[in-house]
Amino acid sequence: MSDWSRALSAHATPDATAAPTISGNRGLQLEEPLLFEQDSPGHCGVDLPEPPPLRSRLAGLERKAPTGLPGLSEPQIVRHFTRLSQKNYAIDAGLYPLGSCTMKHNPRLNEKLARLPGFADLHPLQPRSTVQGALELIDTVAHWLKTLTGMPAIALSPAAGAQGELCGIMAIRAALTARGDPRSRILVPESAHGTNPSTAATCGYAIEALPANARGRVDLAAVKAQLDTDVAALMLTNPNTCGLFEDEILEIADAVHAAGAFFYCDGANFNAIVGRVRPAELGIDALHLNLHKTFSTPHGGGGPGSGPVALGLELAPHAPVPWLVHDADGFALVEHGDGQAERSIGRLKGFHGQMGMFVRALAYMMSHGADGLKQVAEDAVLNANYLRVRLADLLSLSFPGTCMHEVLFDDHFLKDTGVTTLDFAKALIDEGFHPMTMYFPLVVHGALLIEPTETESKASLDQFVAVVRGLAERAREGDAASFRSAPRLTPRRRLDETAAARKPVLRWRSASPQQEAAE
Amino acid sequence: MRYLPLTDADRTAMLAAIGVPSIEALFADVPVAARHAGLLDLPLAMGELEVERRLGRIAAKNTSAGSVPCFLGGGAYRHHIPAAVDHLIQRGEFLTSYTPYQPELAQGTLQALFEFQTQVALLTAMEVANASLYDGATACAEAVAMAGRVTGRHQAVLSGGLHPHYRAVCETYARFAGNRLVLQGAGPGGGEDLAALVDGETACVVVQNPDFFGEIRDYSELAEICHRAGALLVVIVTEILSLGAIIPPGEMGADIVAAEGQSFGNALNFGGPYVGLFAAREKFVRQMPGRLVGETHDAEGRRGWVLTLSTREQHIRREKATSNICTNSGLCALAFTIHLALLGEAGLTRLAWLNHAAAVATAERLAAIPGVELVNDRFFNEFTLRLPRPAATVVDRLAAQGVLGGVPVSRFYPERPELQGLLLVAATETVTPEDIDGFEVALREVLR
Amino acid sequence: MTATRFTKDHEWVRQEGDIAVVGITDYAQSQLGDVVYVELPEVGRKLAQGKEAAVVESAKAASEVYAPVSGEVVAVNETIVEDPAKVNADAMGEGWFLKVRLDDPKELDGLLDRAAYDAFVAEQE
Repeated sequence: MSDWSRALSAHATPDATAAPTISGNRGLQLEEPLLFEQDSPGHCGVDLPEPPPLRSRLAGLERKAPTGLPGLSEPQIVRHFTRLSQKNYAIDAGLYPLGSCTMKHNPRLNEKLARLPGFADLHPLQPRSTVQGALELIDTVAHWLKTLTGMPAIALSPAAGAQGELCGIMAIRAALTARGDPRSRILVPESAHGTNPSTAATCGYAIEALPANARGRVDLAAVKAQLDTDVAALMLTNPNTCGLFEDEILEIADAVHAAGAFFYCDGANFNAIVGRVRPAELGIDALHLNLHKTFSTPHGGGGPGSGPVALGLELAPHAPVPWLVHDADGFALVEHGDGQAERSIGRLKGFHGQMGMFVRALAYMMSHGADGLKQVAEDAVLNANYLRVRLADLLSLSFPGTCMHEVLFDDHFLKDTGVTTLDFAKALIDEGFHPMTMYFPLVVHGALLIEPTETESKASLDQFVAVVRGLAERAREGDAASFRSAPRLTPRRRLDETAAARKPVLRWRSASPQQEAAE
Repeated sequence: MRYLPLTDADRTAMLAAIGVPSIEALFADVPVAARHAGLLDLPLAMGELEVERRLGRIAAKNTSAGSVPCFLGGGAYRHHIPAAVDHLIQRGEFLTSYTPYQPELAQGTLQALFEFQTQVALLTAMEVANASLYDGATACAEAVAMAGRVTGRHQAVLSGGLHPHYRAVCETYARFAGNRLVLQGAGPGGGEDLAALVDGETACVVVQNPDFFGEIRDYSELAEICHRAGALLVVIVTEILSLGAIIPPGEMGADIVAAEGQSFGNALNFGGPYVGLFAAREKFVRQMPGRLVGETHDAEGRRGWVLTLSTREQHIRREKATSNICTNSGLCALAFTIHLALLGEAGLTRLAWLNHAAAVATAERLAAIPGVELVNDRFFNEFTLRLPRPAATVVDRLAAQGVLGGVPVSRFYPERPELQGLLLVAATETVTPEDIDGFEVALREVLR
Repeated sequence: MTATRFTKDHEWVRQEGDIAVVGITDYAQSQLGDVVYVELPEVGRKLAQGKEAAVVESAKAASEVYAPVSGEVVAVNETIVEDPAKVNADAMGEGWFLKVRLDDPKELDGLLDRAAYDAFVAEQE
């Protein structure tokens, strides 16, 4: 044990859960080793027939050394992954107040429909006559998203939000090249998500930060001052990552266009305005959406996502292939950047896009309809403002006034308590809540960004408020030790991230290297 | 509305607590001109039954691959997925959990991803692997970018045997990053001299094995030539199951492996979501894109896992990150892990040989048809036939007869008339002797 | 030996003849948290004052270390690559990063002295 963990343990208060058991398990908290530590060589969880005798066509390039993959039976594997799942928090289990992640309920209808053989068992390269339904579904998704955003075109292939941003910025660069006006800089607010500057750099642009004003919005004067004929685009998130609507957005759009630049919108926070505000009417030229945020496709422990990009008229011809078109024989895919797609930026991913997520998102959109989606935005904003007023007296609200679908606090309220934002979050874990987003956005100190979403009941919000208030009061009373030793009730206590980074162990290795080499 | 828990009474009480008269007041920051008063022109809310009915009708317009003899490959492969996989990934704790940034609440996801990383490293015989990328094609582009970072050079040589989608994605990424690609002409039967193109400017050579046409080669010599020139060898694998039967890239001297993992655990899904695999030499780990899970211990000395080496990533390094990737393909990676766990060493080998046997049987039967020629020297579960007529027309006529009889190469290379007669044919463990009979009969008929 | 000088980016530099020893300050290491990795320049590289010279990483952050003076790198401290914890333990001494042959010793005059740096740090809190 390092000094660090000794210090942490010293703060631990002895309690009933620390009583040792024979097995090492603690009630329903079951320990589970790695698959590789449970190998029964030769064992298999799948019954397969003997391959028939054949004349091999591998001619000397057969695999000789075994892979070293372990063999287990189906019951062992089901138990293994079931036990693993029990160590995870999930939306199904409780509130995830993660700002800008939109952790809403994942409807099970979506899962059922995505698994229909007519969607799931389709090979991407089947002749078009055999997949007209799939192409029709993609077209329907495109129609819904174009209507919701007000934009004339949409590129559906990007695999996630970050790739959507890449698509949008690439399209902008192509449009500027087509104008004969290449530019070299992109303006990005200080409060932006890390993917924004990372994306801009990947496309060969230099990034310039835009400061926030005292009201938490992008400073319009700074925008005007920093815009010139060398700026290719301004990337904005709206509502922004402080949970605030950029109320000067029309003026910003005008200034951007007057300078001959493009206006890119990161649509991660679309949940606040879906059905109520159309980005096209805000002067946006390109906007990506996250189907795994606003449109309920499941987060799956880190993906898959889907990041379609809505495009204005000048950018549309530069959309990546494939394009979905309709001709005399029905729907078809334009898969090459020639002919009608000759100005396309090219291909961004294999095949056609995240079809499995399109089915889920369409089921979600159809379930809600125009009226339901509008209600989603209203309830999302209502829930966030309710949390704001119930917590603003104890926590330090970063920006006064109404918020949108998420509310931002900073760590001023923890000043002189010896409790950091991190400690506060870890204490929340013992209370059965996933912490809110911490330390983001970077524009305030020790940020706590809370987004409840519309699928939380009032009772759920009231319980969350009670816990957060209780913890804030406990911090003020000076009980820093209990925060620093949190969490105590989870399958693992705080983990040593320093050791993990200094001497990375990124895989299991068999104990006997000689044995491995001999094989 | 079934997904919205708030009642009108709740809403009234909450508005009162907030101190505003109506919900409109909370949208006051939206410019009046941009507020949409009524409802957008879209259908109103529907119950489950209605949504099922409508989407079911759309699904019924498609011919599912399992309902007919299916011999399609070209970078996506139809395999049987054991029932346990889909049940396990639908457990709410896996399906509806977030990226494991709070490790104390996510040891399930983190341990599973650590197992995934280990499986990928073992399969490819490489030292270290990441926790997944979007798909094989973007993983390929990331590999080229990484080779540039490692060597400090800006030129990559791409084999003509590389899957055309992968090549196209590399072209797009390289154009915008200002890197140069030296592209070899596509075509089966080798003939390209990649070694001659390696010099002091080369960051990497990218080859695919088995290649797009199904051919299998030993790249050990090319690896040595690359290394002597200070360049890296990147090996692409589109059918990951092949590594159950052929020499893995790590044993040939590969520096980076980028692959598609769809064959394990993930249905065809008309092209996505899939799962990108990425592995490399340990000494390059800090230049790797994507998330990495590392082993550590907690405050009580117990083993656990965390996301690590995060300073490479966008949320910390921002414009200097190794990649802009955030969300990757977690659930697809989990499905891969579970399927491969069920197979184990013995099952993987047996499944691979069942695939090879199906392909060998199919190739022998079809190559016996007059005018049909097998192009490959070696193949695993996919091979190329040369037909006496344009393959695209043949495929359409086969489809009309209820057979998904391969992928015409001309779909990928419409501008190359000399490739028009080439047909990619894949046969997996899902192909039956009756399917092969059906394909042979139909193809003879079409070519008469 | 002249007194140690400081920059507003929390680097320190100590002149030893025509060589300058460079590191990050104790305040910097406390802000960074446990150092997990250090990326040092190659010996022979020419550094320009104010430009990036090295990178220091904790589990949650990466920071550029800027050259406080211009010159050629003549030595780097490999021990902090093997054991990054040294930077936390003794940032001002054994946790040094690199040694530079000074192009222009007068550059040091433009940097903060101890008192000025301490005042600057006090302002940050």
